[in-house]
Amino acid sequence: MIKLEGISKIFPGQKHHAVKNLNLEINKGDVCVLVGPSGCGKTTTMKMINRLYEPTEGKIFIGGEDALNKDLIKLRLDIGYVIQEIGLFPHMTIEQNIATVPNEKHWPKEKTKEKVEEVMNLVGLDPKIFKDRYPAALSGGQRQRVGVARAMVADPPIMLMDEPFGAVDPITRARLQNEFLRIQEGMEKTIVFVTHDIDEAIKMSETIVVMREGEIVQHATPSDLLSAPADEFVSNLVGRNRSIKRLHLIRIHEILEELGRVKPIPEDTKTDEIKKRLDESATRTVMVVDSDNKLKGVIGVNDLKQKTGEVAADYYQDVMETITNDATLNDALSVMLECGEGYVAVVNENNQYEGTITLGDLLNVVKEDS
Amino acid sequence: MDHFIVPLLNLFRAAESGIVLSAQAEDPGVIRETINYIARRIDLIGELMLEHLWLVIIAIVIAVVVSVVVGIIISYYERSAQAVLWLCQILMVIPSLAMLAFMVPLFGIGFTTGVVALILYSLLPVVRNTYTGIRELSPAIVEAAKGMGMTEWRILTKIKIPLATPVIMAGIRTATVMVVGIAAIAAYVGAGGLGELIFQGISRSNEPMIIVGAIGVSIIALAFDFLLHWGEKHFAAKGKPGEVTEE
Ligand SMILES: Nc1ncnc2c1ncn2[C@@H]1O[C@H](COP(=O)(O)OP(=O)(O)OP(=O)(O)O)[C@@H](O)[C@H]1O
Ligand SMILES: [Mg+2]
Repeated sequence: MIKLEGISKIFPGQKHHAVKNLNLEINKGDVCVLVGPSGCGKTTTMKMINRLYEPTEGKIFIGGEDALNKDLIKLRLDIGYVIQEIGLFPHMTIEQNIATVPNEKHWPKEKTKEKVEEVMNLVGLDPKIFKDRYPAALSGGQRQRVGVARAMVADPPIMLMDEPFGAVDPITRARLQNEFLRIQEGMEKTIVFVTHDIDEAIKMSETIVVMREGEIVQHATPSDLLSAPADEFVSNLVGRNRSIKRLHLIRIHEILEELGRVKPIPEDTKTDEIKKRLDESATRTVMVVDSDNKLKGVIGVNDLKQKTGEVAADYYQDVMETITNDATLNDALSVMLECGEGYVAVVNENNQYEGTITLGDLLNVVKEDS
Repeated sequence: MDHFIVPLLNLFRAAESGIVLSAQAEDPGVIRETINYIARRIDLIGELMLEHLWLVIIAIVIAVVVSVVVGIIISYYERSAQAVLWLCQILMVIPSLAMLAFMVPLFGIGFTTGVVALILYSLLPVVRNTYTGIRELSPAIVEAAKGMGMTEWRILTKIKIPLATPVIMAGIRTATVMVVGIAAIAAYVGAGGLGELIFQGISRSNEPMIIVGAIGVSIIALAFDFLLHWGEKHFAAKGKPGEVTEE
């Protein structure tokens, strides 16, 4: 889908290559992540694809067409672009910002409006609340969502995303990443994604391109990169805890079925029964659900000691934090560390209980690997 | 209230040509005479004020159109920009009497000469503000627009000009208030306006005329300043300026 052939870039007045003889092929529907230290040429490479920078040398093909001889505006209108600095237009409302490309494409007003609301929902911004706000009235994370929505509103087959989740805290970041992957699953876009967070790269990509000083050091799948780093630079980049990094590659639903977890208990379970179930439980906790299997709370051994009633409903505690089954094992680990618990409850999007992941489960996965 | 300082300076500038205002204004006779003069010649004063306004408005409208266009053009050509700004700067520091005297052989005596001179004086603030207003936009904003496939014309009209508008408006305000004062001197070449009162007052040693002329000029300056200041605020509120980017 995207093919770079011998691409080089030297900025005017500079001696060194910003990008040097780069060859890269990205398949349709793949997420290709560019990683590397600051200044290694990730942004430059990306900007040559939509020709914000013209390559000094080399050829670029997009969908088989020679991109360097294509009409500039046409080329760019079909490539969604999330710029590193977000670059929202401060004098336009969120709706107007997101409608930029549809307006350039002269879509009918109705269609634009519908599509804007659709992508806003997709990135988790309620159109009713945010549509008429100005960018100044948004948080950093919300702005990044607008940036992503703006890039994908016209359904471009290709998206270039330059550190789209750079300005948010780790928890929100993980959430955005998961939403992004969920969206991508339905859309099958070809995506070039820049980050200098190796964990993000491993999590998001079909293939990873590791760059250094304008050159590609290794282009591989995430698991190949982890198991066979090309040289010391790459192994330093992926870091020492390579087996822990594998937690990024495995989604919770992939291991949940094998675990054969202790069943949750209904709200009217008697104390005797709860005692029995607690003894069977590795985490010394049981989850309480309602008739619809929605997660209501949790009972631990200590709650039983200080119980204030006869059935589960009388003394279960609120669950501090849950996680959805499309999150990665690493997300689960983060949540556990965050809450200081050895487990985390997994729910689906309707808050229905699906199982529990424990620290032990994660350790097993890491052990199997190494 | 810093925006009152410029018109006040103008008041002094308009009056500087000879009156020893401070010493004599304490003589109650002058105040009475001035009031009498206003009562007697209210028609003439009104007419001269309108003429003055007209002179300023014509000059500013033309200057704004020219300067904004020039400012936009030089924002695309970094090299020529410095030369153009430098030229405008030179125009602005020519003393007004010299400038007017220089214009007479070219445009004769009268309204046109005054307008041309005023246009030349007001170029710098508007050209400079248009240029910097556009150049100082966050590059990320412009690049995002480009990268998404907006044409240069659309970027200019939809992004650059709207975002630079508050800065351009500030330049227009500076130019207008300044030109109101200089227009008084344009009476020297027969361009009309309140300057006539001042000049005649000086040659006839008629203090009330000078005072009325000077006060009229300041009233116009303050009015413009107030109006344009309001306009600026209005635009700013609508446009929500301010960089919205983060590293
Ligand atoms: N417009 C430009 N003019 C001149 N040099 C540039 C320009 N843009 C980038 N460079 C240089 O090219 C090199 C690569 O920069 P690039 O922006 O691609 O890095 P990056 O990998 O995206 O870094 P970061 O992770 O910090 O965003 C750097 O040495 C940089 O100084
Ligand atoms: Mg970069």
